[in-house]
Amino acid sequence: MATTASRSGARTIFRRPDSNTGFWGWITTADHKKIGIMYGYTAFTFFILGGLEALLLRIQLSQPDNVFLSASEYNAMFTMHGTTMIFLFVMPVSAAFFNYLLPLMIGARDVAFPRMNAVSYWIFVFGGIFLYSSFVFGTTGPPEGGNLAEVASRLGSGPNGGWFGYAPNSGLRFSTGTVMDYWSIGLQILGLASLISSINFIVTVFNMRAKGMKLLRMPVFVWMTTVVAFLLLFSLPIIAVALFMITFDRNVGTLFFDPSMGGDPILWQHFFWLFGHPEVYILVLPAMGIVSEVLPTFSRKPLFGYPAVVFAGAAIGFMGFGVWAHHMFASGVTPITQAAFGLSTMAIAIPTGIKIFNWIGTIWGGKIKLNTPMLFSLGFVGMFVIGGLSGVTHSIVPADWQQTDTYYIVAHFHYVLFGGAIFGLFSGLYYWFPKLTGRMYSETLGKLHFWVFFVGFNLTFGPMHWLGLNGMVRRTWVYAEETGLGPWNMVVTIGAFIIALGVLIFMINWTWSKRNGPIAPFDPWDARTLEWTLPSPTPEYNFAVNPVITSLDDFWHKKYSEDADGRPVRRPEATALLAEYEEVGLNPPEPIHLPNPSYYPFLVGVGMPMVGYGLIYDNTAWGIPLLILGAVTIVGSFIGWGVEPLEEPHADHHSDEPDHEHPGTDGEDS
Amino acid sequence: MSDVAHADGHHDVHEGTGIDNRKLGMWVFLSSEFMFFGALISNYMLFKGRDYSAFMPTGQSVLLPRGLYDIPFTSVSSFVLLMSSLTMVLAHDALVSGDQNRTRVWLAATGMLGSVFIGGQVFEFTEFVQQGMTISSNPAASAFFMLTGFHGAHVFFGILMLLSLYGISKRQGGLTEVQGLNVELVGLYWHFVDIIWIVIFTIVYLIP
Ligand code: HEM
Ligand SMILES: [Cu+2]
Repeated sequence: MATTASRSGARTIFRRPDSNTGFWGWITTADHKKIGIMYGYTAFTFFILGGLEALLLRIQLSQPDNVFLSASEYNAMFTMHGTTMIFLFVMPVSAAFFNYLLPLMIGARDVAFPRMNAVSYWIFVFGGIFLYSSFVFGTTGPPEGGNLAEVASRLGSGPNGGWFGYAPNSGLRFSTGTVMDYWSIGLQILGLASLISSINFIVTVFNMRAKGMKLLRMPVFVWMTTVVAFLLLFSLPIIAVALFMITFDRNVGTLFFDPSMGGDPILWQHFFWLFGHPEVYILVLPAMGIVSEVLPTFSRKPLFGYPAVVFAGAAIGFMGFGVWAHHMFASGVTPITQAAFGLSTMAIAIPTGIKIFNWIGTIWGGKIKLNTPMLFSLGFVGMFVIGGLSGVTHSIVPADWQQTDTYYIVAHFHYVLFGGAIFGLFSGLYYWFPKLTGRMYSETLGKLHFWVFFVGFNLTFGPMHWLGLNGMVRRTWVYAEETGLGPWNMVVTIGAFIIALGVLIFMINWTWSKRNGPIAPFDPWDARTLEWTLPSPTPEYNFAVNPVITSLDDFWHKKYSEDADGRPVRRPEATALLAEYEEVGLNPPEPIHLPNPSYYPFLVGVGMPMVGYGLIYDNTAWGIPLLILGAVTIVGSFIGWGVEPLEEPHADHHSDEPDHEHPGTDGEDS
Repeated sequence: MSDVAHADGHHDVHEGTGIDNRKLGMWVFLSSEFMFFGALISNYMLFKGRDYSAFMPTGQSVLLPRGLYDIPFTSVSSFVLLMSSLTMVLAHDALVSGDQNRTRVWLAATGMLGSVFIGGQVFEFTEFVQQGMTISSNPAASAFFMLTGFHGAHVFFGILMLLSLYGISKRQGGLTEVQGLNVELVGLYWHFVDIIWIVIFTIVYLIP
């Protein structure tokens, strides 16, 4: 057995955690699958919060002249709703998929930097908690009345400058109190988490692919992940600079966005949307990747035009950086700029159109199985087309002037982000449920969820188009009786509650099936990609034997050949092959060593909010000490980490085989 | 920095770039830093040429960074920083030839040169503030302090990393071959920070 003394005596501050189970097993894990699962649950928790905020918004708007929320409460709700949905739900839940699936799909045992992966998760968690703590500690100024005012006056309130944080609104002059500091520092922390994981994924994809997995043999989902990682890599630094600028404006006295001193508020918009437009592809490309895996599996056909889908994805990524000013047509940019950005925006519809064409081509003539994942993927394609079309109408500058800041825009981006991204992500959640849990979900509840969602969704966001065209203004908490907008608004609110019902059905299905669903075979969908060659749930070491790939859809080709008409014909040896996968996967022929758990990633995360609070309250007695304590925690953790080897002999679950040859990463095997 | 998946490294076969994970990771990270400084530099360029006289209280003149530079002074401190890239290369060289002592000396020298550069920057900043140009004087001054300040912070982190390398080199086993890669990584970062400084120096100080 391992000798504790030789481990702790050597050079770490803490005794190294050596258990992969229980509470501390989760806190200290460096296993990409566990981290993926934690990402998923945390993001879903934020989805619930963001959803509740949306419901509060909709209750307020359900009738004309309503006084359910005050103006400032409404501002806080839509700001935190948008911020939460984007930064705390869609991005992290995509990261959950990346984490869990990327190594499996490229045939690797782990990501390139396992502990870095844990770091990005913990920074995300603590960044999110920090942002939400503004509801408890933040201040906006004197309360104004309304149902939450009593609570708000005691507890402060949430950030209220919009998820786009437009200066000078978000500056000190118009946003006194601390809530916008919470917002800007919180987003900075969350951005750091995404930056770290994007570096990790890029290195993983370029260095860790299984033998034979050439770039153009990677599943589309892996490709879209890679594009997203590059988008993050190049767009996050820009928003980081912008957030630093607004934070400094508010706390240090810089003048970047203060027009009364020569500052330039439009600059905020340029920086913000230079990040913000690529961001919408960051949100939707993972879902496109998922759909590109689901449609072929349930149509029992290869993806139509694989290279076109890949290159279109990359093109969308590149072009995403050249269209940002279409968010600023109404901000006083020059006509030439407007024309240029209008055109470039229309051009980006081309690669998007290619993708849609390829998805339809995939379904066309396939033997379609309408399981829940397939329903959600089809829902994605349909809703995304509607959202895309209303998007094209914004690229026409005069039309945009009419539509901007009305509910037409709100309808548009919800069709893209909810009808698109969220439908795609739910499709993925159902599709990979068996792999995650080892059980099957209830198909009945799944389909019910889809239809409730589908009806609720269209009831909510469809009427918003005409509400907007009839002049209902966005980001306003109240409208007058005489506008006649009341009835449709009531419909919209009812739709929102139907959506909430759908989420409830999903949660019931998930928690029930996870425990009681029928045991899942390891390839329940007769799928095409590598993760389905593994037992369900996936064992800790992923692949018992490192796979070797010879073609795109390698797994499929091992199961099927083609007849003269190109129809798939099951190979006679397929059944034996599958049995062997299962057998070997459960009993690896030799012991496999995995990265050890570590406390440091968690501690790095803990340090983040300390620094944040320290910065916000630097004018009080405990601000600076807290700042220093946080910085010491972070730097100290990294130093502790630097001297802690990734793997230590005998400290893993194979400790009963002490003689196994084992390379320590820094050559200090004992 | 030993955060690399080597699970069963001795019989894993990969289709990869052939570049070590950590090195590739550093390259990827630096490409992102490139965007970061790109945004800071364009921010400065945007603000430096504007006329702020309309926003000043009557009777006060606008103090702009370019009115206050002491170019010979900054040239010297830039030269010091450039030299530190050289000593960094020498440190790596020494490591490759297996000379731990010499490695340590050159690492220390690099850190010293970096500190001299930061010292110069601190002196320059206090000088500017004494002459009346603070971070709140006008947006051009804000942008100047932000850009050069972030660069200084990067140099500072580089010095911290050099110190850790120095510490590691004192430990039993010292800078082994694998740790040698760490010297290379810190070197990459250090050269990047240097190159960025040359760009900043040219754009901010030399181009009128
Ligand atoms: C139950 C589902 C949802 C409902 C009922 C809903 C409703 C709303 C409402 C009423 C607004 C405020 C519009 C305004 O006053 O300007 C809003 C804004 C927004 N929503 Fe949603 N939403 C839902 C889901 C989502 C999802 C899933 C996402 C993203 C993935 C999302 C992203 C946003 C964004 C970015 C804003 C803009 C926030 C801002 O203006 O600061 N929403 N939503
Ligand atoms: Cu856009």
